[in-house]
Amino acid sequence: MIKITNHQLFRLTAAHFAEIIREPSVIFWGVVFPILMAWGLGIAFTQKAGIQAKIAIFKDVYHQNTSENTKAINFLTANSVKKDSTYSVLLKNDKLGDVKLNFIETSASNAYTLLKKGSVSLIIEDKKDGVNYHFDPASTEAKAAYNLATNLFLKGPLFYSSNESEIIPLTLQGTRYVDFLIPGLLAMGIMMACCWGISYTIIDRRSKKLLRRMVATPMKKSNLLFALITARFTMNLVEALLLFVFAWIYFGVKIQGNWLALIVLFIAGNIAFSGISILLSSRTSNTEVGNGIINAVVTPMMVVSGVFFSYHNFPDWTVNLIKYLPLTMIADGFRTIFNEGAGFMDVWQAALVLTLVGTVSFLIGLKIFKWY
Amino acid sequence: MTNLEYIVEVRKVKKSFKDVKAVNGVDLQIRPGEFLALLGPNGAGKTTLVEMIEGIQHPDEGEILIDGKKWKSHQQELHHMIGLSLQETRFMDKLTAYETLRLFASFYKLDSSRVNEVFKLIGLGEKKKAFVNNLSGGQRQRLALGVALLNKPKILLLDEPTTGLDPNARREIWNILLDLKKEHNTSLILTSHYMEEAEYLCDRIVIMDQGNILAEGTLEEILTITGGHRSLDDLFISLTGRHLYD
Repeated sequence: MIKITNHQLFRLTAAHFAEIIREPSVIFWGVVFPILMAWGLGIAFTQKAGIQAKIAIFKDVYHQNTSENTKAINFLTANSVKKDSTYSVLLKNDKLGDVKLNFIETSASNAYTLLKKGSVSLIIEDKKDGVNYHFDPASTEAKAAYNLATNLFLKGPLFYSSNESEIIPLTLQGTRYVDFLIPGLLAMGIMMACCWGISYTIIDRRSKKLLRRMVATPMKKSNLLFALITARFTMNLVEALLLFVFAWIYFGVKIQGNWLALIVLFIAGNIAFSGISILLSSRTSNTEVGNGIINAVVTPMMVVSGVFFSYHNFPDWTVNLIKYLPLTMIADGFRTIFNEGAGFMDVWQAALVLTLVGTVSFLIGLKIFKWY
Repeated sequence: MTNLEYIVEVRKVKKSFKDVKAVNGVDLQIRPGEFLALLGPNGAGKTTLVEMIEGIQHPDEGEILIDGKKWKSHQQELHHMIGLSLQETRFMDKLTAYETLRLFASFYKLDSSRVNEVFKLIGLGEKKKAFVNNLSGGQRQRLALGVALLNKPKILLLDEPTTGLDPNARREIWNILLDLKKEHNTSLILTSHYMEEAEYLCDRIVIMDQGNILAEGTLEEILTITGGHRSLDDLFISLTGRHLYD
């Protein structure tokens, strides 16, 4: 009976795992980067109690070089705190969260420069008897600033808190952007780790003739692929756990659904992308071609599968295609478990399809696999 | 236990890649314990021939017998009998030399005691814990040789084992091979660009070009038969019009 530490499957798995954990860049891109991304996006897009809106304001051509005050500036002089050339108005609302409007008085040309740089989203051209608003109607941020400014000038600063009693803030878990984001990032992590970790490793080893050297021994070929997938799966599990623990501690993200369902879907997702990775890497021994093949698969899915934003923003006819992409199925499944309290019965079909996709891809990949 | 005259027999073997005839009807026999050098410039067909003997490539025509057996029907058995070092193989960068040998040892169901023996054999004991990417070119070649020797092969196939090495590193490899010749009855097929390597190590020399064998025999035989050339390099130029290292 051969000792387990002398068994080729153990040695191959240990070797692949050692290669992963000994490469600092793998640790950075696999562990640190997703956490940084979750932190950055979570902070940037999660609604906080106090927000600021910056608006540029300039006097029209008839008043720009005069000390005569125009309509909005007259209003702001009476209703705001002025520091340097910025008028600040604090709109208070306990339920919505306070909003601080900063009106930056400047020249017309500088106002447009500020808009182009994204420092302001709205420009007010201030006249003697009224104001004009310059902004991009497609920008929701600009439209919100426009609504706040018009109401402010029309009704005064108290307008913002006048209808507070009508507002009932959501206290449901899983409705924040970060609740949407984390399951998407976990799904994307599986795809990226498999496609780069398995496909690229195989192509690289083929190009270095290591595969050829290995199959010139009594090594069982399936052990090599199985070990590579096992090492990658173990690392994916660690990466996902670290990302989840961060999201749980820092953002309070919780799994409302069934843990078992989550584990099943996680395994199915890994099977899907492991199989796809074997298929992607089955032929080429050129790492640059490999780069292209992997990117051609992962980039479109990363963009359309709703990792960062809902894919329902795409045209309806594409949504029916997008929701059957492997990454979408994993991300959607994770979200229903995290945020909607889903159980095994809600995700078993997705898990089954993902497992089939992985198995079929693996078998095709193995059939056409070039060992040298 | 077979007791054949030849450990390797190559019979009328042909191999083409698209329009290129890499090996064009070659016959070759190697005796047990014999060291044979395959010399020829790039594209001569040496590597293709060696890879067919290794079972990595398959001949289009002809047959190859190793210890009287064919690859098709005795793959597992022959893998255990052969040790090889391919041209420019790169092992996993982030494994240590020891881990690399343990990995390959596991393919032959060998344990750490054989790995330690091989480290002594290749004189790389002090680099056991060094990562592969921190080894010099010569040390990597010795590691590749160590991998080839793990299973105590009856036949050793080395494809340009000293290409790119400085003279000292080259000599270290030669000494390991000469020790093997002395202590075991290992047969060696070696491809090389280097005349002195063939002269120093091998009992018999085969000169190939464009998929054909141009001359074959001991160094003296070849030089005599082909018209009393002073050196292999002179002979090679007269046979092919090119230097061996072209």
